[in-house]
Amino acid sequence: MSEQDRGRKAKPPLSKVRRDQNRREFLRTLGLGVGVVGVSLAGLLPLIGAANARLRPPGAIKDLLDEQQFLAACIKCGQCVQVCPVEAIKLADLLDGVGVGVPYIDARAQACDFSCDGLQCVLACPTGALTHELNFPADTRMGLARLDRPDACLAMQGKGFKGLARGPEFRGELRFAELDRWTPVAVADHPYDLELCDLCVRQCPIEIRIIECAAEQPPEPGQVARVAEKIGNECPPRHAIALEPMPSGKGMMPVITDGCVGCGVCEMICPVEPTAIVIDIDRVTQVPA
Amino acid sequence: MSYILDSLRHLLGLPVERPAPERQSQEVKFIYERKSQERLTKETLEAIEAAHAGTAKRHKWRNRRWITLIVVNLLFVVSYQFDVQLVEGAMTASRVVGFHFADLNSALQVSLAYKHMVLNLVIGTVTVLILWWLLGGRTFCSWACPYHLIAEWAEWLHLKLAARRWVANVRFHRGVRSVFYAIFVVLALATGYTVFETISPTGISSRSLIYGPGIALLWVLALLLFEVFVSRRAWCRYVCPIGLTYGLVGLTSPVRVQYNVESCHHEGECRKVCLVPHVLDITIKGRAEDTHVDVAADCTRCGLCVDICPTDSLTFKVKGLDKVL
Repeated sequence: MSEQDRGRKAKPPLSKVRRDQNRREFLRTLGLGVGVVGVSLAGLLPLIGAANARLRPPGAIKDLLDEQQFLAACIKCGQCVQVCPVEAIKLADLLDGVGVGVPYIDARAQACDFSCDGLQCVLACPTGALTHELNFPADTRMGLARLDRPDACLAMQGKGFKGLARGPEFRGELRFAELDRWTPVAVADHPYDLELCDLCVRQCPIEIRIIECAAEQPPEPGQVARVAEKIGNECPPRHAIALEPMPSGKGMMPVITDGCVGCGVCEMICPVEPTAIVIDIDRVTQVPA
Repeated sequence: MSYILDSLRHLLGLPVERPAPERQSQEVKFIYERKSQERLTKETLEAIEAAHAGTAKRHKWRNRRWITLIVVNLLFVVSYQFDVQLVEGAMTASRVVGFHFADLNSALQVSLAYKHMVLNLVIGTVTVLILWWLLGGRTFCSWACPYHLIAEWAEWLHLKLAARRWVANVRFHRGVRSVFYAIFVVLALATGYTVFETISPTGISSRSLIYGPGIALLWVLALLLFEVFVSRRAWCRYVCPIGLTYGLVGLTSPVRVQYNVESCHHEGECRKVCLVPHVLDITIKGRAEDTHVDVAADCTRCGLCVDICPTDSLTFKVKGLDKVL
C-alpha cells in the first residue's frame, strides 16, 4: 500500500450532526421497510379460513393444497379472461390479498359452459396455473354440484317451468348448440316451457355432450377421435347429473354423479331464487383414469 | 469492467467513491484544469439555459417516451376491448402477436413460489430478457411501466409543493431497495405465494387499465400520496424490485446515456430532474474518469437529463452501433 493510498483511506471521523443524520435516516428507512413488508404480508391474511377461496377456471385443480399451487403459479395477467367466449372469468381484487389479479368464476352470474370447446383459458395460461394436463371439458374438476335447497327445487315439487330462467335483466349467456354452434346466446333471450323443470340437467354441458355423442353416426375407425381431439370435445365417459324419481312417487330429484366437473351451469340456470343447486369448491370427484 | 462494478454498486445502493486521481485519464484532468481557469459567468450560463429552454429539443425525449408508454399500455387495452389480439394479457405476462412475453420480476416471483417453470414461461422470460437487454434494461421502467407515468405526474406536483416549501422530500437509504428485493425473494420462496405481486403498483395499474378499476387502485393512490407529500418518487427509488431486476439486465446493455465532460458546464440541472441522481454524480466537476463516461445501469434511460442539458453533454448512444454501421 503506497503512502498516497493510506492517506486516502484514513477518513476523518464523522461529525455528531452527520452521525445523527445517518441514525435518523436508518430509522426512517427501517420504518419504510417494516411498513411495506407489513402491507405485503397483510396479503396473506385472506388465506386464513380460506376467505379467498373461489370457483376457479378449468385446470385449476381444487383442493386446498392445490389452491396454494394455483395462487403461486398464476402470474396475474388475465389472458384467460380475454379468451373466454362467455366472459365467465373475472379477476379478484385486493381484498383477496395474495389472490389479487387471480381469475375466478362467479357461477351464478356467468358459469363456464365450455362453449369454447377447446379449454381456451387453459391454452392461454402462460404459467401452467391452469394445468395443461387436461384435454377435454370432461377431464376438468372445478368443484362439485350439490342440491343445497331440495325443498326449493321445482323438479322435486313436481313443478314445471315457463318463461325466462333468470328473468329479463339477467346478463349471463349460454351456448345453445341447436340455435348456433359458435355464438353464445343471452339466457334472457331464451324462454323455456317445461312440463317438469329439468334445467340443471337440460343445460349441463356434460349431459349435452353425452347426448350429442350418442346421436353421432358410428365413426370410421380412428377418424372421429382425431376430430374430437382437435376441438377438445371428446365424449364424456360418465354422467354428471340426472333426474331420478322421488321415493314418494311425486316429482323428480336431481342427482349429481361422478361425471360432474363443477362448471356451475346448473347453479347459473336454476330459476329459483336463491339457487337450489350450488357448486362446492372444496369437493371434486376423481377423474377416471 | 469498472462500468459493471460501479453500476452494481449503484443498483445495490452502496456508496460509489469518487475516482482516484490515478484512475483519471490525462485528457480529462486537462479538461478539468482548463475549466477551473476559464470560469463562465453566471450571466453566460443563464443565457445558455434560456436559449435552450425555448428550443424544440427541450422535451424531445420525454415526449417520445410518454407517447411510447401510452401506446404500449393502450395496445393492451385496445387488444382486449376490440379483440384485435396484438398484445393480450397485462404487463405481468402477455402474448404479443401470439408470442409469449413475461415480465422478468413477475416470472421470478412465480418461479420462486411455484418452484416450477413451464416451457411457455421460459420462452416468455427469455424473450423479454433479450428484448430489454437490447433496449437498455431499466428502459422498461420509464418507457413501459404504467405506474412510472402517473408517478412522474405526482412528482411534478411534489416539486411544485416543495418549491413553495409546503412539503419537504424525506430521503431514505437507497440500499433498502436491495433489502426489499431479498425479502420478496425469500417471501416467495418460503410462503409459496407471490407476495410482492399483491402490492405491485405496476401489475395493479396495468390490470386496472385493461380489466377495469378495483379497490386495489386505493393502494396505488396511497403510494402516490406518499410520493406527493412525503418522499419524492419513493416507490421507484427505494422499493421496487422490478427496477432492480431490469437494472441488472441493463448492466451489459448497449443502450446507454453517455456523458461528455468537455462541453459540460456542471450546473447540475440534470441531477435535479433525475429519478436516480446518483448515476449523474459523474457530472460533478472532478468526478469523471475519462472524457466520455457511460451513465451507470441504474439509469432508466428516460432522457430527462438529455432533454434538459443545454450543451448536449448527455446523449443517447448505442454501444458498438458505430462499429456496425
